[in-house]
Parts: sequence; structure tokens; C-alpha cells
Amino acid sequence: MAQQDDTQSILKVERLAVSLPDGTPILKGIDFELRRGEVFALVGESGSGKSMTALAIMRLLPEGLRYDRGCIYLQDTELLSLPEAAMQRIRGRRIAMIFQEPMSALNPVMTIGEQIGEALKLHLGLRGRKQRERVIQLLQEVGIPEPETRLDWYPHQLSGGQRQRVMIAMALACEPDVLIADEPTTALDVTIQAQILDLLKSLQRKRGLAVLFITHDMGVVAEIADRVAVMYHGEIVEQADTRHFLIDPEHPYTQQLLKNALPLRALKPAPKNQSLLEAKGIKVWFQQGGGWFSRKKRITRAVDGVDLTIRPGETLALVGESGSGKSTLGMALLRLNELTEGQILFDEQVDLATLNERALRPWRRHIQVIFQDPFAAFNPRMTVGESIREGMITLKVGPQDKASQRERVAELLQKVGLQPEHMDRYPHEFSGGQRQRLGIARALAVEPRLIICDEPTSALDVTVRAQIIDLLNTLQEEQGVSYLFITHDLSILPRIAHRVAVMQQGKIVEEGRVEQILRVPQHPYTQQLLEAAPKLVRTAVSDLW
Amino acid sequence: MKRWLWQQRIWIGLLLAWLALALAALGVGDTAYRVDLPHLLAGPDANSWLGYDQLGRPVWERLLLGAQTSLQVALAVVLFSAVLGTTIGLLAGYYGGWLDRVLTGVIDVFLAFPGLLLAIGLAAVLGPGVENVIIALVVVGWVSYARLARAQTLSLRSREHVLAARALGAGTPRILLRHVVPLLLAPLGVEATFGIAGAVISEAGLSFLGLGIQPPQDSWGSMIREGTRYLLVAPHLVIAPGLALMAVVLAANRLGDAWRDYLDIKTRSGP
Repeated sequence: MAQQDDTQSILKVERLAVSLPDGTPILKGIDFELRRGEVFALVGESGSGKSMTALAIMRLLPEGLRYDRGCIYLQDTELLSLPEAAMQRIRGRRIAMIFQEPMSALNPVMTIGEQIGEALKLHLGLRGRKQRERVIQLLQEVGIPEPETRLDWYPHQLSGGQRQRVMIAMALACEPDVLIADEPTTALDVTIQAQILDLLKSLQRKRGLAVLFITHDMGVVAEIADRVAVMYHGEIVEQADTRHFLIDPEHPYTQQLLKNALPLRALKPAPKNQSLLEAKGIKVWFQQGGGWFSRKKRITRAVDGVDLTIRPGETLALVGESGSGKSTLGMALLRLNELTEGQILFDEQVDLATLNERALRPWRRHIQVIFQDPFAAFNPRMTVGESIREGMITLKVGPQDKASQRERVAELLQKVGLQPEHMDRYPHEFSGGQRQRLGIARALAVEPRLIICDEPTSALDVTVRAQIIDLLNTLQEEQGVSYLFITHDLSILPRIAHRVAVMQQGKIVEEGRVEQILRVPQHPYTQQLLEAAPKLVRTAVSDLW
Repeated sequence: MKRWLWQQRIWIGLLLAWLALALAALGVGDTAYRVDLPHLLAGPDANSWLGYDQLGRPVWERLLLGAQTSLQVALAVVLFSAVLGTTIGLLAGYYGGWLDRVLTGVIDVFLAFPGLLLAIGLAAVLGPGVENVIIALVVVGWVSYARLARAQTLSLRSREHVLAARALGAGTPRILLRHVVPLLLAPLGVEATFGIAGAVISEAGLSFLGLGIQPPQDSWGSMIREGTRYLLVAPHLVIAPGLALMAVVLAANRLGDAWRDYLDIKTRSGP
């Protein structure tokens, strides 16, 4: 494509409406246009219809959904009236798409070279050596080292970030006019996310590509987008230039969204200067391989000699990328996995690591846990009331007759912002945020002094995330409970933590007060993590103190 | 769920008919065993609408008794193998370690045997009779439940709701019974539905070979066996129990299939 007028629209969506078979509207007539050479971000929370918009443009709507009205123009071609065969030539050739989870979007039994080659053969008719050369060139362009050999690798041999690079190479193989990127960095660690965003930006500039970038992350928007549209319940509520949008959003929903996405400092009561839980030299090693007869065993040092102290009424945030061992450490402190070595001193008197399950039981009520996935955290066959009551029964906390226990459950539900009549419902009747509240209620039921929160906000939308964090903070103020807050999200640290410990490859590399870690990080890894955070978050953090 | 049940009405209906036949057999008196030479191999008439067998006994009444036998055997086999197999699979999957290795070894050994052949051998050793048929089929049948329960337990064991229960100090029996078993019931139910079909056909097979139910007690398998000798003169002796057998096995298998598909879609789109 030759250089053309910058403001020329390449993809235009007009009054697009999509609904479920029963008539429930999914998209309520949305309008926007994508111009040549720009990155247009579609932002919204889960269920806002942003991914559905992308699928609607590709004419790949899930079965049962139907177009009510509207037009989609790719330059002068109207896509919705095109026969399927013609649409197939447009997909991949003129509009390409990349997804959130590259592992499921790649074919596990084909080498990456074959997969990129297939696209080249299908759309451009390239075969043999020419095809191979083009594949190598593409892999080089997306920054895969040693493309000549990696070409013959299978997807599982690559890291998550590299897989996403391969997806991008595949999408760009036929030099499309439009690239639709559906949450391409959501499943990646921050450092990798930063790299992929850089790559997308440079490719987009070099090729003059138009990118429709779908995300829920305001930090990412600030980093990459030229223009933004905010979606809410199947409608676009605001559309603006990114710069203008970030400084002066107009719609109240957008204002709230931006506020929740930015780091905020909470006034946290100072913790007492004594130790509630003191872990010394914690090691969790896993043996892999080695069956009946083989002597070869591989040892994975998931947690490799960790010391940490949590004080009463304090939140210690444990930060690290995936695979750093932070969740394993949390489970080890709960004695939910085997400890290879180490001491867990509770209340400065008892070493939990030496107790067997029976002796441990009286101490269980003092340490509780909240999980990341609010869908898996509840037994689907038990009412939430039964789930919350379980700890009162097994650990004999509070009154032991059913009527007064149900009364307590009702109180707990109110405390976490739910209704007493929710007690007799089953978990699937609740939303993600509500289930996270239920998880908190279940933990609180046994009056713990420490709650291990394992990424409790990662699966939630920003608005809900803010509510859950506020709830946790209020409970801390009222009851003096301590948290070990495991997270990979740096932007929530100022709002939740007193102190921060940074974990890398099973070891704690840096520990300190939250302002210290965020403003003057000492360890190169911490610095790298902070560098990788979106600029929007970084500037907001430095404005806090 | 209601709509699903309605879609399966034919198969559910057939199985209910089987149950009704077995219950009706309770009302069958001595006439089923009375030798009546004038009616030898006779076709249907007003007293017996399925005709008479080689001793002049009414085929309809014998069919009812056969239904009772097959239902008895099927229920007992499925119940005992499911309980035994699930318990073993549950323990292997939950505890892991050496117990799991030993039990998986045992399961693998049983799986390596051709099932019906093992049952034939066992029935031959134990001797004929309803109880021995049940024992032989349970010995063969528990393995599939054990394998299924173990696999499911392995994945449920590290599910967060189980971890949460452990953190709340729930003991192992409570975790297994309240947090693991209820989630196993659906897949095990599918397996049991197939198990019913398998047990019915195995019982008929053993009886057909003369290793199962002995005369004068009735079984569809032994009815078919005796009928084959008169196939050309009195085909109704084979056709009646044959069709009954086919209907029950087909219904159970189709129902199992449909149930499995139903659960599959459910797991794909969330609860």
C-alpha cells in the first residue's frame, strides 16, 4: 500500500448491533472508525462487548448470535453483505487478529515455521525456499533469536512472550491492512508485556498498520493508543484522543474507570512492632521425574531459602512474576504443601513447620487464605452458607448450634457487602467480585489473625478490584488482621501494602517499606519490574509521595 | 435439565419398561414352571401372547422372570463395583505416593485382562448361580470406576475449594465426602449407566454359555440358548428375549452417551 492521507479511514463500523437469540442486546449500535496508521484502543470491563466487537468485524460471532443492523466497511467493501467465501479471503489477508492466549491459538503439533508458512501459502501462494526465507525474515522482524533453528520448534518449546511474537509474525505474514489485537498482553508478565507493546508499536509505525487494540488496562492504553473508545454495556460511551482522554475524561463511567486504574495511596494504620508470623529459611523443593526404577530426578527449587516477618495489623505484599514461587511460598506458610526445610514461628512461640496435621489444627483458625480464581474457590455443590459455616464447625469457632451459626453467617455476609438472604444460594449464582467477597467472608468466619491473599484481585475488573481492596483495608482497620498479599500488579501496592517483598526465582531479592521500594528500588530486578510498568502507573506512583 | 430429560424420553421409557417387567415378575406364579406338553413350542394364543417354549411354558412369564434376573444382577454389579472402585480410586488419587503406585499397578493388571474372559474363568471356578455371576462381574467391573475416580480426584485434590477446606482444618474424611465425592457423582453416574448395559449383556452372555443362571431359574441369556435349538420351528423363543436384551442395552448406552454429552457442554460453558 502506498503512502496515503493519514486521516483516511480504513475500517468503519456504523450502528453495529448484535444480540442473543432471545433478543438480549450484546452490542447496541456502535460507531467508530479506524484510520490508516493509527492505534485505536477499545477499552472496557469484562462483558462490555469489546471482544464481541472484534469478532463481529471478523464475522466470527459465536453460534446463535446475530447481527441486528449496521454496516462494517473495509475501505469500500461492506463486510456484512459479503458471501462467506469472499470473507475468508479477507480474514488473515486484509484483517488479521491476535489473541490473549497464544498457546491455545497455536497448533501444538505443528512447528511454528509450518504454521507461519501455511498462512503464506494460503494467501500469497509462497512455497518451498521462498516461503522459508520469508518465514525467517518475519521471525527476525518480531525479535525471535536464531530464527533459522527456531523455525522448526514447536509452540511448547517457546516462552509465553515468544509465542505471542510468533502469533504477531503469523498475523503480519500477509501484510494485512488492519490488525485486531484482543488483549494480547493480558496473560503476560509486566516485563514481557512491555517488550510486546514496544514490538507492536514499532511494527505498526514501520508498516503503517491500522491496529484495533482491545484491552481492559488503562496503563496499556496510555502506552500504545492514539485514540480511545470506552465501552460500557455494549455501547461506546466516550471516544477521544488518548492524551485528551487521560487528562480530561468526560463521561462519569470513564472518570471512575481511570481513577480505579491509577495507584492510590491508602492511609494505613501503623502496625505494632512485634512479629505475628516469622518465617525462617523456608525451602520448598519439588522432585520431578523418577518413576519406580529410574534414578534420574530433577529438583525444582520453587522456594529457596526465604525469610520474612509479618507484624500484627500489617499488610506485606509479595511481588513477583509468574513462576517466581510466590504462591508456593503462600501455600507453604499455610502448610498446604510439603515444606522441604524451614521454620514458621507463629506468635513468637510455636513452630508450625514441625507440627503434624492434628497438632496444627488449633492454629489453622489463625491463618486463612483467599484465592485468585473465585470460580474454583467454592464447592459448587454446597450453598455458600454451608461453605462459610464449615470452618466454624471444623475448627469449633463461635457458637456450635446451627441457628446461631447461621446468624453469624448473615452478619459476615453483611460485613463483606452482601445480603443475608444470599446464604442459601449456590456459588454459580454470584459474579466474580461477589464470590471474592464470599471468599473473604469464609476466611473471616474463623476470626483469623493472618490472611494469605493469593492474587485475590487479578481475575477482577478494575472497578471491582478497587472495591475488594477497600473492603480488605476496612477489615484490617476494624479487626487488626494482617495480610500477606501476593500479587504481580505493582499499581495496587500503594493502596494495599505497608511493606513489599520482591521475589525472583524462589528468593526474596528486596524487601522494604512500600514507598522505599517504589521510589528508590535497590535491586536491579525490582528496578526492571518498575521500568516495565506502564508509564501511566509509574508517573502516578511518583506523584503519590 | 427438564428439557434434556424430555429429549431422552424414549430411552428412559425403555428402562422404565424393564423395571416394570421386573416388578411384574413378582406376580408370576407357578404357571411359569408348569410343563404343559399340549402347548409344546406353540405360537401365541389368548393365554400367552408370546407363545410357549419347548416344555410348553409360557414365554411371556419367563421373559418377566428373566427381566427380574437381569435387573437384579445389573443393579448389584453396578452398586458393588461403583462403591469398591470409587473408594479405591479416591484413596489412590487423594493420598498419592506409594499407595497410588500400588493401586494403579493393580488397576493396570486388571485392565490388561480381557474382561469377559476373566469373568468366564471366575464363573467357571466359582460355579454357576446368581451370586457368583455378580461376584465375577464385580471383580471385572470395579476397575473402570477406580480409574475414573482416581483421575478426577487427582485434579480435584489441588482445586482451590479443597485447599480452602484444608486451611479450615477439615479432616480427610470430611474433605473426601463433602468436597470431592459430590463432584465425582456426575461422571461416575455416566460410567454407571454404561455399567448397567455392560452388566446386562455380560450376565446374558455367561448364562448363554451355561456359566450363569441355571434352570429352572430364568435369564434372557439361557432362554436364548435353549431357544437356538428350535430356531427353525419356533423362532419366537429367541426373538422375544433377544429383542428385550437389545432394547435394554441400547437404551442404557444411549442414555449414557447423552448424559456424557450434556455434562461436556456444561463443563465447557461453566456451571
